[in-house]
Amino acid sequence: MSTIQGANQMSQANPVHSLANVAAAHSASKGDHHIAGTGIEAKNIHAWFGDKHVIDDVSIDFFPGTVTALIGPSGCGKSTFIRILNRMHEFIPTAAMAGEVLLEGKDIYQSGTDVTKIRLGIGMVFQKPNPFPSMTIKENVLSGLKLAQLKVSNQSELLESCLVRAGLWNEVKDRLNEYGGALSGGQQQRLCIARSLAVSPQVLLMDEPCSALDPGSTLRIEETIRELSASMTIIIVTHNMQQAARVSDRTGFFLSDGGPGRLIECSTTSEIFSNPKDKRTEDYVTGRFG
Amino acid sequence: MSTVTIPRPSKPWGVNFKQAIPDVVAAFATLLITYAIVAYTPLKGKLAFVIVLFLVAVIASAAISGIRRDRKAALNSISTVMIYVAGMFVIFPLGSILYEIIRRGIGGLSLGMFSTDMAVTASDAPLSEGGLIHAVVGTFYIVIIASLISVPIGILTALYLTEIKGKAAGTIRFFVQAMSGIPSIVAGLFIYAVWMIALGNQYSAAAGAMALAILMIPTVARTSEEVLKLIPSDLREAGLAMGGTQWRTVAMIVIPAAQSGLITAVILGVARVAGETAPLLLTMGGADALNLNPFAGNSSAIPFYVWKNFLLGTETAIDRAWSGVLVLMIIVLFFFSLTRFLSGRKGRF
Amino acid sequence: MGGFGINFTTRSPSRNHPSAHFLRGDSSICPVSTATSTLPPKREITTKPRFSDKVFRAVVTTGGFSSLVILGLISLFLLYNGLNVFRTEGLGFITGFDWIVPLPEEGLPAQYGIGAMLYGTVVIGLIALFFAFPISVGAALFLSYYAPDWLKKPMVLVIDVMAAIPSIVFGLWGFFVLMPHAEYWAKLIHKYLGFIPIFDMPANAFTRSPFIAGLVLAIMIIPIITSISREIFAQTPLDRIQAAYALGATKWSMIKSVVFPYGRGGVVGGAMLGLGRAIGETVAVYTVLNIVFDIRIEVLLSAGGSVASMIVNKFGEANPDELKALMASGFVLFLVTLLINFLANFIINRTARE
Repeated sequence: MSTIQGANQMSQANPVHSLANVAAAHSASKGDHHIAGTGIEAKNIHAWFGDKHVIDDVSIDFFPGTVTALIGPSGCGKSTFIRILNRMHEFIPTAAMAGEVLLEGKDIYQSGTDVTKIRLGIGMVFQKPNPFPSMTIKENVLSGLKLAQLKVSNQSELLESCLVRAGLWNEVKDRLNEYGGALSGGQQQRLCIARSLAVSPQVLLMDEPCSALDPGSTLRIEETIRELSASMTIIIVTHNMQQAARVSDRTGFFLSDGGPGRLIECSTTSEIFSNPKDKRTEDYVTGRFG
Repeated sequence: MSTVTIPRPSKPWGVNFKQAIPDVVAAFATLLITYAIVAYTPLKGKLAFVIVLFLVAVIASAAISGIRRDRKAALNSISTVMIYVAGMFVIFPLGSILYEIIRRGIGGLSLGMFSTDMAVTASDAPLSEGGLIHAVVGTFYIVIIASLISVPIGILTALYLTEIKGKAAGTIRFFVQAMSGIPSIVAGLFIYAVWMIALGNQYSAAAGAMALAILMIPTVARTSEEVLKLIPSDLREAGLAMGGTQWRTVAMIVIPAAQSGLITAVILGVARVAGETAPLLLTMGGADALNLNPFAGNSSAIPFYVWKNFLLGTETAIDRAWSGVLVLMIIVLFFFSLTRFLSGRKGRF
Repeated sequence: MGGFGINFTTRSPSRNHPSAHFLRGDSSICPVSTATSTLPPKREITTKPRFSDKVFRAVVTTGGFSSLVILGLISLFLLYNGLNVFRTEGLGFITGFDWIVPLPEEGLPAQYGIGAMLYGTVVIGLIALFFAFPISVGAALFLSYYAPDWLKKPMVLVIDVMAAIPSIVFGLWGFFVLMPHAEYWAKLIHKYLGFIPIFDMPANAFTRSPFIAGLVLAIMIIPIITSISREIFAQTPLDRIQAAYALGATKWSMIKSVVFPYGRGGVVGGAMLGLGRAIGETVAVYTVLNIVFDIRIEVLLSAGGSVASMIVNKFGEANPDELKALMASGFVLFLVTLLINFLANFIINRTARE
């Protein structure tokens, strides 16, 4: 936490430098971790809505045990991109895509794949917290098991561990049978995170998970993200560059100049923020636009 | 340092006493003129009074506005009077209907009404004899059976339109809309043609229920669709993103979230068909005796009971008809209030 | 790019960390997009749905198609049953106005023609619209632009309750409560306007006339037309309304210049829906209309009919042959109602889209 406070103090002086410092401090604080899961790789991804080409040839290899932030101005395809990773893009009637997404080396778009199994391995946390209104906190966390018909020997143990990992256990342990709607925004989002964890995904996709939350909840969730990255691969779309710097190991910068979104630069977070190779990246991270 | 007095809030555009005086005087004058016309001309009676009042009010307000301002204002005044009249007019029929139903029907109401049927009662027997238990039971049966048929079909239709959103969705919506316009007697004719002519069955409560189901399905389907559309797609996406199959997402997340709305849809459907008469006339046979078997044998229902008594025409039969109408209205208004109450609540969240 | 002039030292992560290589600046692992000149073809996205989902889709689709099936069956059965009658009578079924069911011993052919009933249906529908339309539109305007807030909610409640009242209640009320008054009004109309042919009276029979049936139907369809008109008026763009006021329009000129042009189609559609409902009404018409198989233009006279009430009238004692004729009549009624409703919805949807 102290590095962040230090960085915030510096941010009054010079925003750019502080971002870089934060990024550096973050990558420095990563020690040894277990590698968990298998990561996920996107190869030559294109996406369309009808005839409108919205993503142009994006390839990223997301390594296990890392947090990758996807940054860039609004509308350049970041949310569409992560929805391609867990096969949610296809719900939109006019959606089309090209390219491959490899999970454990196998393309998830291959014909004959069982989509629901894929989604079990790739979790998603949405921008607006959406706990299921008709279920209690306990039922919400365990809802993934019911939905996927997974048998677990000790449900209360799983319940506790998911809530602990999401950083919510202490606040709700005495009210597990209350309805999810009674929680604050930040708590609801952490409940959604706990819910995603219950089915033990290997990859967790987060679509601007903190944009609807206050700064205090945001920092709590960022802590959670850092802790979770030990055991899974996390991909987070964010508009908040400080957040990207605080939380991620790698960062990908998306940009669309009126046409389809493209991946301009993708590197370690400290590189992107202190030593970007593309001028457009530099302009974005120094706040000249976006 | 100067003291600033804050002015009091006022509404210069509002009506104050001084401005209202001419209008009040004009209203009195209108009434006086009307009285005068009715008293001193051949036009007499309540109807004449109402019509003359209306005409005088129109002419007076037009004249006043026309003189004070201009032609446009006069037209405005005329239309204002007419629109107010139209608005007030709408209330009268309901008032009259409710008043008459209570006035004419309450005399025949008794607890004994609900324990006997009309099997052995003569058409001019006093109200203390006979009752409508057979009709109440019949209505109960047909409502339940009609719901059992139409609720699954209606909700499935709504699910098709909101969850599956197949290519036929537009066509189906069109047909549901078309179905809601079927005259009730056509539904009765259809069931008669299929169930009784083609399949050779007798009159029964179930046949009546089938005809009612045809009328109920569009209401249930349309209201359910509205309710399901209100569930944010976020919830469905969250369920699917966790690896749920579509049916489990719908069954465990969408439907529980929509549950109070779906119940409202069902009750709305029931309220719609509980008072239908024409289809029953062709399918139920109109028994006077209590028939506990909904699947065979002549049956009756409250609207049918009213109808039969109306046709009998004797004074006590007419009284019974009104009492039956009173019971029917109580039932319909009960369901109506229930839907209001349920849709007013926010549900569990 | 180098050099914002910062110099900071990073504590290098452990060399043994398997993912350490990308914690340093190895961006070649992450190739950047190059503008592609030829786009790859779109992939066909397939899923292999679980069996339970396949069942779910099948069940829901079946349920969804049921309304199509039911409508189709209705058309089929009514047409099938009435086919012979259509064949024998031909177009005369619709135009003829003799309904003769001979006794079996007479050995004469039956004759079925619903022309008079169709005419009667149209007449009472038009009378109902004549009274209901101005009142409904007026009430809708009142609720939208004139009524004070405290009055709106109760009035809307009143209208909704009226829409829920079953038709047999209207039948009874129409016969016992309205008819005596309506008879008096009819007599007045005849007295003062009897020179107009439709108000002429060949006989002194004022009860159970198309006029009274039209009145009852009018009250029944007022809620529908009012509700739809209100919805249409509520959609009038507020900026157009305010532009009219800003130009110095009175309330009525605003309504005439903005609300009516905008909502014309929707209100007409609503009126047609009301007409469709009126045409299909059975018991409410039966009690207050005397069925006579003849076309007369005198609406105050106790003679008329509608297809729906005729079916109920004849059903009780119909022999199998006559039943088929009734089925044929039902089919015609079904088609007419469908047509009117279809047109009405089409007009409403087209206006709503603007």
